[in-house]
Amino acid sequence: MSSRLQIGLVAGFLIILGLGLALYKKVELGFPLLPGERQVVWTLESKISFKPVRDLEYNSPVNGSGEGAEVDKKQGENENYKGSFKENPVEISLALPEPEAGWVVLDDHFASSGFGFSVQEQQGDRRARWTRQSLDRTTTLYYKLQVYRADKFRLGGSPIPEIAPPELTTDLLAAMERVVASLREQSSSDNSFTALLLQQLVQDQMDQDTAFLFGSREESKLAMVMDVLAYAGIPAQSVKGVFLEDGRRRQQMDTLVEIYDGNRWYVFDPKTAQLGLPENFFVWRRGDASVLDVMGGKSSQLEFAIVENTLPIKNVLFMEQQVKERLLLDFSIYSLPVEQQGVFKGLLLIPVGALVVVLLRLLVGIRTSGTFMPILIAIAFIQTTLFAGLAIFLAVVGVGLWIRSYLSHLNLLLVARITAVVIVVILLMAALSIISYKLGFDQLLTVTFLPTIILAWTIERMSILWEEEGGQEVLIQGSGSLLAAVLAYLLMSVDLIEHLTFNFPELMISLLGVVLLLGKYNGYRLVELYRFHDLGKPKQ
Amino acid sequence: MKWVSPRQLREQGVLGMNSRNIDYIGRNNDRNRYPLVDNKLKTKQIAEQQGMSVPALFGVIKIQRQVQDLEQLLEGIEKFVIKPAQGSGGKGILVITERQGNEFIKSTGAVLGYRDIKRHTSNILSGLYSLGGRPDVAMIEDMIEFDPILSHYSHEGVPDIRVIVYRGFPVMAMMRCSTHASDGKANLHQGAVGVGIDIVTGHSLYAVQNNTQIERHPDTGYPFDALVLPHWDKVLQLASGCYEMTELGYFGADVVLDRNKGPVILELNARPGLAIQIANQTGLRKRLEMVDEHCSGEYPVEQRVSLAKQIFAERLV
Repeated sequence: MSSRLQIGLVAGFLIILGLGLALYKKVELGFPLLPGERQVVWTLESKISFKPVRDLEYNSPVNGSGEGAEVDKKQGENENYKGSFKENPVEISLALPEPEAGWVVLDDHFASSGFGFSVQEQQGDRRARWTRQSLDRTTTLYYKLQVYRADKFRLGGSPIPEIAPPELTTDLLAAMERVVASLREQSSSDNSFTALLLQQLVQDQMDQDTAFLFGSREESKLAMVMDVLAYAGIPAQSVKGVFLEDGRRRQQMDTLVEIYDGNRWYVFDPKTAQLGLPENFFVWRRGDASVLDVMGGKSSQLEFAIVENTLPIKNVLFMEQQVKERLLLDFSIYSLPVEQQGVFKGLLLIPVGALVVVLLRLLVGIRTSGTFMPILIAIAFIQTTLFAGLAIFLAVVGVGLWIRSYLSHLNLLLVARITAVVIVVILLMAALSIISYKLGFDQLLTVTFLPTIILAWTIERMSILWEEEGGQEVLIQGSGSLLAAVLAYLLMSVDLIEHLTFNFPELMISLLGVVLLLGKYNGYRLVELYRFHDLGKPKQ
Repeated sequence: MKWVSPRQLREQGVLGMNSRNIDYIGRNNDRNRYPLVDNKLKTKQIAEQQGMSVPALFGVIKIQRQVQDLEQLLEGIEKFVIKPAQGSGGKGILVITERQGNEFIKSTGAVLGYRDIKRHTSNILSGLYSLGGRPDVAMIEDMIEFDPILSHYSHEGVPDIRVIVYRGFPVMAMMRCSTHASDGKANLHQGAVGVGIDIVTGHSLYAVQNNTQIERHPDTGYPFDALVLPHWDKVLQLASGCYEMTELGYFGADVVLDRNKGPVILELNARPGLAIQIANQTGLRKRLEMVDEHCSGEYPVEQRVSLAKQIFAERLV
């Protein structure tokens, strides 16, 4: 009895602790219990990486032979040897985004370990500055921001830049003259002039002059576009920003071209020659000023990792504000980088799935094959969507079982057999992906989200079960597992559940208490009420 | 409606799976004693040490190399059984009933040579028949010639008697008879017949197949109500005696009746199923509680058996 009492006490304490913490957050801190309206929020992690420039303390290596390769090699070796270099002060300056066209920066965050850091504002131009006296290795600085598009405006007004005529050599100038004249002839306005120019570039249908012009500055066609526009007397500037695509890790900054026709600004995407602001283009800033300046460094790079989330904005705004104010919340999941938050969002749902399995097994008495298989299947369903997931699962396991039954005739050893099944499963998944792609069913492409090893083990377990207990038992346990997976999936995909597990992770402590209590449940299971129905009636 | 309320089940003292796991198996069985029960070879060895009646062991093949020595081992042995030590559900059991020189005749009448026997043994070692495909050892033991009385109640298999032993006291018993539907296997959920046996007298009480009551064996047609198990006291004593041997507080002992040796222990089970309640039409929990109530202290086997008979006779019959 004492163990029962102990568990009761511990479980009670845990449940009350979890609920209490959640209640405190709700009542005292005003956390919303319900999820609000959702909006797509993009998280951009800007990575600024660069190598420090270092001067050698002595001019050239003492080397009699004078062979270039030898010298290079020597220098290469020295590169790793810090002591012989004089390190220069480093200053990095990053233009902070001035979002327009309805984009809103939800939150931004700088990582600058070991650097002096400041945000400076000069005439509405906000720049982040990292400084350091010396640096001896390749370094990466981070600037992370969360943005969402509250409204879909067009780009507004902007100061009209002065037109600076390009400096060109005479032959280029002559070409330029002819190009502009020909474009002018074909177009009716500044707008169509630009569109035509960009179309020629995009479609690669340039006449001789244009080809010559752009051939002279192969490395920067965009600069030449600006030159042509300047020569034509059209006020133009670049719009720098990032194309947002979920899951991109090394996205570069892109530049759009913007012209002013005397009335308003028109923006073009030089890659497609399309007029208008692309919907997924986050405007970093307009104008030709540089975005990243690195002093004392070389090979600098600005890259973005991009993650898409659908978040209830109001709640997020509230959390962000709270995190800054409350010490308690500073240790919450919200203080983690957003990518990790995403991982935790998935992890925090696992206990919910596990609870479903525990309830089904202990209270209902449904037999599942393995405790965690249904949870893993449920998690996979979140990625694949339910029906596609079910179809793929049944198809792969069905065919796998069939092949496995052939393998069992061959009397293979266990490890070889399972490995064979894994290989077959992967082949099946590849085949399914390719066929579905060819047929145009994109949904089946999500087959890769089903964990291969789980599929292989499921097939293995099911086939052993088939041999030992017969097909009926396979049907019972298989459908039990699927039922548990589907129920877990349905529960896990409820907005409210996701909201609660993520924003009130302390509820997991309560869940732990509940599971402990369930572990001591010695009452009847639901199926036993049927199984022993004969015994329930009193004897005559 | 074929459902009952939990209250009704509780009143009838029916034991549920959760309660069995927590209150009986979890509380009375030490996990580190399980291997003793799960491995038939270990069970047999310790049972022999204790002087309990088991089928005689002719030999054990532990590694593939020893398979070559089978001929030597089987010399002069007419009838034998080769089985995996960790097999489940009767899989991988080869029964040889007759021998003519180097030809062996299976229980089904098929004729095998040494090659077939060696291959079977080799398959056992590689884990073909053990749970989860673990490597196993092959046991070669004496064939059981079951008591002719029982032959009316079995089809293609040995009927065994499952006795639930709680704290050393026999609390419930049933006979499991294989049928054509169960493919010669004695598992109730595969269609074998469970016959509840009166713990006091060894008389049959009730017979079920697939959860429905039946009167006669579906294959042989013999009525179950005529069944009285011989050597009943010895069966109970043998089963209960495993308590000292295994130190398990709650287990099921599978006993078979050999024509010559009488009751012998076939195997033990640390997690015996609950279907025995249906075969007996009686809840197990109330019997377990009666043992807790009336039988405190340690007694020798004979006393335990008679004590159990006494309390169950008073209350149940």
